[in-house]
Formats: sequence, C-alpha cells, structure tokens
Amino acid sequence: MIWKKLSRNWLGLIGLAVIALNVLVALMAPFIATHDPLQIDVANQAAPPSAKFFFGADEYGRDIFSRVIYGTRISLFVSVLSVLFATTFGVVLGAAAGYYRGWAESIIMRCMDAIMSFPAILLAIGIMAVLGARLINVVIALGFVYVPRFARIVRGSVLSVKQKEFVEASLAMGNSDAAIIFRHILPNCVAPLIVQATANLAYAILAESSLSFLGLGAPPPAPSWGNILSDARNFMLDNMWMTIFPGLAITLAVLGFNLLGDALRDILDPRLN
Amino acid sequence: MPPLVRVENLTKHFPVGRGFLARSDEVVQAVEEVSFELNPGETLSLVGESGCGKTTTGRLLLRLIEPTRGRIWFKDREITSLGRQAMRPLRPLMQIVFQDPHSSLNPRLTVKDIIGEGLRLHRRLSPAERKERIQEVMAKVGLRPEHYDRYPHEFSGGQRQRIGVARAIILNPELIVADEPLSALDVSIQAQVINLLERLRDELGLSYLFISHDLSVVEHLSDRIAVMYLGRILELAGRDQLYDRPLHPYTRALFSAVPLPRVGRTKQRIILQGDVPNPLRPPSGCGFHPRCGQVRPVCRETAPALAQVETGRWLACHFPLA
Amino acid sequence: MADALNIEGLKTFFYTRQGAAKAVNGVSLRIRPGQILGVVGESGCGKSVTAFSILRLVPHPGRIVSGRILFQGRDLLELPSREMRRIRGDRISMIFQEPMISLNPAFTVGDQLIEALRLHRRISRAQARDRAVEMLRQVEIPAPEKRINDYPHHLSGGMRQRAMIAEALLLNPDLLLADEPTTALDVTIQAQVLDIMCRLARELGTAIMFITHNLGLVAESADRVAVMYAGKVVEEGGVADIFENARHPYTRGLLRSVPLPGRRTGQGRGQLYEMAGLVPSLFDLPPGCAFHPRCPRRGEVCLREEPPWRAIGPGHWTACWLEEADAAPGQS
Repeated sequence: MIWKKLSRNWLGLIGLAVIALNVLVALMAPFIATHDPLQIDVANQAAPPSAKFFFGADEYGRDIFSRVIYGTRISLFVSVLSVLFATTFGVVLGAAAGYYRGWAESIIMRCMDAIMSFPAILLAIGIMAVLGARLINVVIALGFVYVPRFARIVRGSVLSVKQKEFVEASLAMGNSDAAIIFRHILPNCVAPLIVQATANLAYAILAESSLSFLGLGAPPPAPSWGNILSDARNFMLDNMWMTIFPGLAITLAVLGFNLLGDALRDILDPRLN
Repeated sequence: MPPLVRVENLTKHFPVGRGFLARSDEVVQAVEEVSFELNPGETLSLVGESGCGKTTTGRLLLRLIEPTRGRIWFKDREITSLGRQAMRPLRPLMQIVFQDPHSSLNPRLTVKDIIGEGLRLHRRLSPAERKERIQEVMAKVGLRPEHYDRYPHEFSGGQRQRIGVARAIILNPELIVADEPLSALDVSIQAQVINLLERLRDELGLSYLFISHDLSVVEHLSDRIAVMYLGRILELAGRDQLYDRPLHPYTRALFSAVPLPRVGRTKQRIILQGDVPNPLRPPSGCGFHPRCGQVRPVCRETAPALAQVETGRWLACHFPLA
Repeated sequence: MADALNIEGLKTFFYTRQGAAKAVNGVSLRIRPGQILGVVGESGCGKSVTAFSILRLVPHPGRIVSGRILFQGRDLLELPSREMRRIRGDRISMIFQEPMISLNPAFTVGDQLIEALRLHRRISRAQARDRAVEMLRQVEIPAPEKRINDYPHHLSGGMRQRAMIAEALLLNPDLLLADEPTTALDVTIQAQVLDIMCRLARELGTAIMFITHNLGLVAESADRVAVMYAGKVVEEGGVADIFENARHPYTRGLLRSVPLPGRRTGQGRGQLYEMAGLVPSLFDLPPGCAFHPRCPRRGEVCLREEPPWRAIGPGHWTACWLEEADAAPGQS
C-alpha cells in the first residue's frame, strides 16, 4: 500500500534512489574506489582532479574520491546504528510511559525533557569527551541524544491508540499488557516513527560530520566525510576540490533522506486513512 | 436459577484534576449505587442520555474499569476483586461489542486474526481447526468465507460490526455487553444488525446487557430495562410494564421526546426544561429535580433510594406517576 | 405564490483519482415560502451535498456540473460570487450538526452574532448587541445578556445548537438549511431544540430544508418530505403521503426497518424487516434504477432504464417503474 503511493511521489522516489545509491556505494566500496583511502602519496600532495585522482588528492596525497567512497560506509554505519539505538530505547521508554502512565510516565518523560534541553551537538560533544574518540562511541553518543525524540513520539502515539476500542476488546479477551502493546498498539504507531527515523538519519549524518570536523568523531585517519572536510580546512581557498566533494556527498545523502522522509510523512498522514 | 450477573451498589468515581500533586477532591460520580441482576437468556437494557453512566456500568461489569465501591457476581462467583490471572478464564464468557465500527477493529490485523484472537489466547488448536472455527463463526454472523484474509478498511460499517460480533462469540460467551452497537449505522443496516443479535441470542443462548439511547430499538429487543440518569438507576422494570406505564417522570419525558415516524401523533410532548446536568456538580437530593415537572421540597433534599414497588419493578422517586 | 427555492436537475460530482463520484445526480426540489421540507436518506445519498450546492460551498474536488437553483427569481449558480456572498447568511443561512465545529471557539457567542449582523446590515455595535441578546432570548437561552459573553465551550451542546439557530435566523432569512441539526444531541435536548427551531422559523416565515436520516424527526416537524437515494430524489410528497402511503420500494423498506413502538410480538422476538444489500458506490452506480439491485419488486425495465419522475397523487411524486402515473399532474 505504501509502495503504491510512493511510486507516485517523484521527490520521494528521488530520495529513495539517492539512498539506494549511497547504500550501493557503501557496500561496493572496495570495487569502486580507485585507491586505498589511507594510502599516503606525498608526491601527489594536493593534486587537482584528474584521470588518476577523480576528486583530486588531499594534503597527504590521499585520493579524495576513494576517501569519499569509503566515507559513505562510516556515515551510513553511524547514522543507521545510532537511529536504531535511539528507536529501540525510544520505543521501550515511550511505550512504557504511554501505556502505564502515572509515576513511570512522569519519571521517564522528565528525563527525556532533561536530555532534550541540551543542544544536540553540545550533548554529543560532551558524551564523546567522556567516552573517548572511537567510532562506536559516536554511535552511542548520537543514539543517546536522539532517544527523547522517539520516546515522545511513541508516547503520543501509544496514548492515542490505547484509547481505541480494539485495545479494550483485547483486554476483554484476557490478553496481557505486553502482548497488547506489541501486537495491537505498536504496529499502529509505526507511521510517525518511520517519518522521525528518516529525518533522524539525515541529522545523524550531519551530526557525525560535524563531530568529525571538530575532531571528536571518527578518529583519523578514518575517511569520514567530516574528517575529510576538517583536513581540508586550511586548503579551502586554493584547493577547493578538497572541500567541495565531501561537502557534496554530505549534502546529497542528507537530501536523500529528507526527501524520502517528507514523502513518507505525506503518505502516512492519518488523514488519508 | 441463580442470575448470570449480579451487581450491588456499584459505584465509580473518576478523580478530576490530574498531575503529579493532584490535590483536587473533586470527582465525577459517573456511576452511583447501581444494583441489578441479569438472568440467563435475558436482555437487560440500560438506557439514558449522555453522562448517565450506562457505558461506564457496562465496562465496570466486565472489569475493564475498576469500581470505586460495590460488588459484582458472575455466575454466582464474586469477581469484584479477582486478579488478572483469576479473571482470565472467565473473560471468554463475558464479552463486549462496541459502538464505533472504525475504532473497534485493529486496522493492521486481518479479519481472521481479529476474530481468532480469543482462540489464540485460550485454546490450543491446530491451524486447520482454528480456521474451521473462525469460518464457522463468520458464517454465523453473515460474513462470507472470502472475507477471511481481508482488512477492516475493506468493509462497510455494518460488516465491521459483524466482525466485532464474531470476535465476541468465538468462545461461546454467556454474556455480551453491547455498547451502543447500532448508533453509528444507517437505519437499514441497523435492522440487519438487530436481527443478527436476536438470532444469535436464540441460537447461542446469550444474555445481553444492551446499552443504548435509542428507545425504539430497546423496546424491540429487551426483556427488562433500567433507565439511568446521572449515574443512578431511576427505574427498572419489565419491558411491557415500563413502556405501557412508566412511573418515573423522567422515563415519561424520555418516551415522549422520542420522535416517531408517525404523522399526527397527538403532541402531548413533554419538553423538559434545562440541560442534562454536569456530572461534576450534580444537583442535591434527587438528581432529576431541577428538570422535574412535579418537584417538591423533599426532592431537593433527599435522593430517593431505588426500591421495589411491584414484583420485578424498581423505582427511585418520591412521587411516582400514578 | 413564488417558491422560496426551486432546484432543477442539480448534478454535483466529486472528481477523484478513482473517477467521478456522482454525489448529486439530478435532483429537483421545491420549497414553498415558510414551508418545512424534510430531506431524508442514509449516508451517502447526497442530501448534505445538495445543501452545500445551494450555497455554492461544495468542497474540492466537488463541482456543480449542471442544473439550476432558482431563488427569488435568480439562478444562484449564475450569480457572481459577490452577490452570492450577500445572500449567504442573510437570505439563505445554514446550521450544521456539530456546533463545536461551526462556532469559532476563539470568539464569544456575542462576537459571532454581532459580526454576522454587521456583515449584512449597517447598524452600530450597540444595536447589534441588543438584537443578538434578543435573539438568544428567542431561542430560550436563559440570562442571554450574560450568556452573550460566553465562549462556545462554556455552553452545553443543546445551548450551542440554539446559539447556532440564533445566528442563522438573526437576519430573518428566507431559507434555512439545517443539516442534521439535532443528531449529536441527547433525545430530550433534541426535542427542545427542534421545537425552538421550527417555532421560530414559522414565526419569521422562514422556510426550512431539514436534512436528516431520522425519519421520526421528519414525521413530527416537516410539511413535505423528499426521500433521497444514491444522489437522486426517489419520492416526494406531503408528510402524510410519505408516512402513510409510501410508494417507492426504498421508502417503504426504510419505514419498515424502523422498530415502531407497540410492535411487539409474544416475547418481543419479532424480526425487523431487512433491506437486502448495501448502498451502491457512487463511482459505480448500477444501470437503470439505482435501487434495482436491492428492490424486492424489480422488473425487467428497472435494470435498463432510469424511471421517470411521475405524480402518483396530488403533490405526491416518485421515480419508480412500478407506479402508475396519476391522471392529473400534481400541484404541491
């Protein structure tokens, strides 16, 4: 049902295509890249784009094209895992808050409010500073930062679905709370979750790039897009290719997720039920 | 033969003013000291206007809401405070059919999953046995076999109500609480569903607690009727008794307010003044007194108790109609 | 005497991706000045869309495709929108089922009444206020001078509906379109509100087009009744004609489906009459008579050709092949 509607939404399809491209590139990286992304080649320091170096080379002579290609892996890894982390915890917390109400709800939601009161990037930076600069810590930090958004959405959905009579019917048949939540309530909360998840994937890519740019993300020499940009900082004006290509990669990926997310939001709009 | 269901002084107060440090003493007296019996094979209807407590009473009976006070017996066993595990085996015997055909079915589940939930929870059947039983029940309610794998949104309102009924009867219940099952349906579909409910009652030996505001349907279906107002039962009587000779002024006003598809009805219409009162601030004494045509001082002071006035007939009024 | 309203051959279709839903498919109705016409039918029959078409307020993707709506000698469908706006609220007004939706919760009741008045008349705020209070008194809202400053959510459902009636009749319109005005109200309140609406309208000489699915309400308040099915009027006549001498199989089926008081057999286990089948999809109407798939008396011709609109008695019309035409064409 969703696919049929999606197939009519041009922008959504473009978004989907872009994401698919990113996934493909990430998976096939070893076959697409022309060089080893970590291979230093001092002779070709800051080489401009050419047949040998499609996107040119950075200050260490590393092929930017290959680095950007491999960077896709990092971006997708971080964004997908952090959103998965946030969704899992967000669903558990939000469902508990929405279904049980009372003390559980108050405690959980106030904690969520507390986390949300920090600007996302600052909180991520803080967490990274504590945990140390490793890729998995980026996932944890971002995941943690995003949990409240999901928890809120899930709680809202659960509250509204809980009122529906089919939930009462299940209770009247003697079903347990857990079964009701998983079988009846959560499947009906999926729509806003999907929309939030796609949007968050975009944020995560940007956040990871920002963290890396600040030196708090994937530890160098990992070719995360943010790192590539960061390395190119001092060369921006004269050797524009060093910043344009990673920047484009980020832009394209974020655009893809946003387009898909917008399309999904329109399609899954409850008014169309 | 003992009654199937008995409730005594059933009361439900909903607190008003939520929040962390809810200090409010205010409550909504949704249901107040309701007592009645429902016999096997009988249809007892609860009638009244919005806020009278009939829907809440139905839910209290099934322990979907917890009573503030009062006691409930099902098949001679007190179920007022039974825990969840203890209630579980009783649940298939006391089922509910809802008003809204749109929110009473899970849009993500197919008809077979919706109807078969009871089987899943309470019986160990092979998939083939399960399918057979579900289709058997579907046929009973007038659904066709090809509807088995469809989703609720593919059905009309009347058909969805049938699915709801099938879900309720799959494990051979003895009691069904029907909460305004017809209100959301067109007139011609209502007739179909009423006939279905009656047929099932005869075939399966069901007892109904039928909740409705539609007095014509209630007259058609019921054996006994309880008229509710502001959480209390004002009058409880057999159908013929009640419709031929209502004793409570509210009952009489209610009957006369019902528009009938008949022309030239002598308009001895009793038009009640005032509005249905706010359950947060119920009137003193008899809840109906502000709108009663024959109110006297005692009505403002004391609420009349529900007392038996004839065999099988109960009334809560200081000055019943002659 | 000229008609208050005369609808001729109205067709309003909704154009969606699934095709055209023929919501109103050739409807002709006449309302006399001061008369109450009850328009009854089940969901999807087109009664509400007819009312919206009269005021030219049909929502997208609906469009009035053909027909004429004659009001005071002019075809409303031909009027420029500026003219139409002058008529709406002033000469033809409308009330709806859910007063919470049609009364603006951000403004007091008084504000809304006063705004309506000053939109169409040149009077001062003070005068408008007096008139509004008077109108609230007419609809039996107690202490109207105080109530006028209340917001809609302060009023009960019945009072909100009465406030709506007040607003609708404020400018003494010639025609009031009432779309299920009491459906959302409790029975005892329904009786009150209906009583007020009809009484006031009669006093002011306002005609009412009373749209409802409740046959009882129509029997008790209407002068004439039009029964609609699948976008067409299938029977029209005086209220006695319809309720005592209905001729169209749909009307008869409808009347038989309603449990009547006193119709109890021995143990009250009498079966209600059930009309077979379901209302047809407006995208895919059956050929010939739209009711034929459900009609217990259908004949060959019913499957092929649409029945003509024929008089079967003075002022009593129906569209059914099985009814013989009366010798003299009726006058209503």
